[in-house]
Amino acid sequence: MMIGAEGASSSKKARISENPVSKNRPYFALVVDDDPMIRRIHSMILKSVGFKVEVAENGKEAVDLFRTGAKFHIVFIDMEMPVMDGIEATKAMRAMKVESKIVGVTSRNSETEREVFMQAGLDLCYTKPLTMAKIVPLLEELQKN
Amino acid sequence: MERNQQLRRQLASMRQSLFDQGHLDEQFILLEELQDDANPNFVEEVVTLHYRDSARLITTIERALEKSPLDFNKLDGYMHQFKGSSTSIGAQKVKAESTQLENIARQEMEKAQLHLLELMHSFQVKTLSKNNNNLICMNPSRCMKTFQLLKRDYATLRRKLEAYFQLARQAGPNEIACRPK
Repeated sequence: MMIGAEGASSSKKARISENPVSKNRPYFALVVDDDPMIRRIHSMILKSVGFKVEVAENGKEAVDLFRTGAKFHIVFIDMEMPVMDGIEATKAMRAMKVESKIVGVTSRNSETEREVFMQAGLDLCYTKPLTMAKIVPLLEELQKN
Repeated sequence: MERNQQLRRQLASMRQSLFDQGHLDEQFILLEELQDDANPNFVEEVVTLHYRDSARLITTIERALEKSPLDFNKLDGYMHQFKGSSTSIGAQKVKAESTQLENIARQEMEKAQLHLLELMHSFQVKTLSKNNNNLICMNPSRCMKTFQLLKRDYATLRRKLEAYFQLARQAGPNEIACRPK
């Protein structure tokens, strides 16, 4: 396929009218990133498949949301953030017995850094940016459970 | 009507050339596919957010490259942010040059560290910290040359995208700016 050419790609097909989330019950996602552009993009991707989305600018805000009783099916959390980074926030959420699926999202390619992030309590870790191909399997897993 | 059709053809041609010339990749298409009636200017909004951050980073990187000795950790951090931001909007050429600059800076850092170790062994310099990140870049012109290329391509893409979005606004909201669900 010539890149840029017109025509629906597989990612658009996943979105159009085949909205598996809204067919059942709504799923709630939390996007945690200090970059407003990333928050915007990731929120739109998640909303396009039917998630209800909230955002947090850093790890502390995310932890505070859970402390106030907010519940999310899935959390997408950046590794490097000011105030409280993704590693510390993930550890804090797991210490609070948060059962949400927590997905790390980082632009770091170092295996060591990703492993440290995983060890904090992630379910998995993706490289930025999120894409439909990364989101859809997560959604299917949520529906199975 | 005819003028509108002409505008749309021009718009489509501009868009295609951005891909053909290697400025954009599939990530830009993903952003376009997310745009809908409820968010008709989503792509332009995201690109604007990118330019706000990246313009600041370009200035910061330039200042960092002018310093001697080079603070590699800081430079690595800035390049990493810049690369991440460029990746998110599908800025393919700029992303590739960011990666190249990151690699050059790391290679130069490794050379400088090796040189420092040799000096330490030769002169038994004990006061230098092993974690000294302020190392002299052995070939600063190589870093600067790659950075100048990156700046050039960044400015080119920015100019082309600004013209593209301006034309999209003239063509009207029912064309590229807004795809039906």
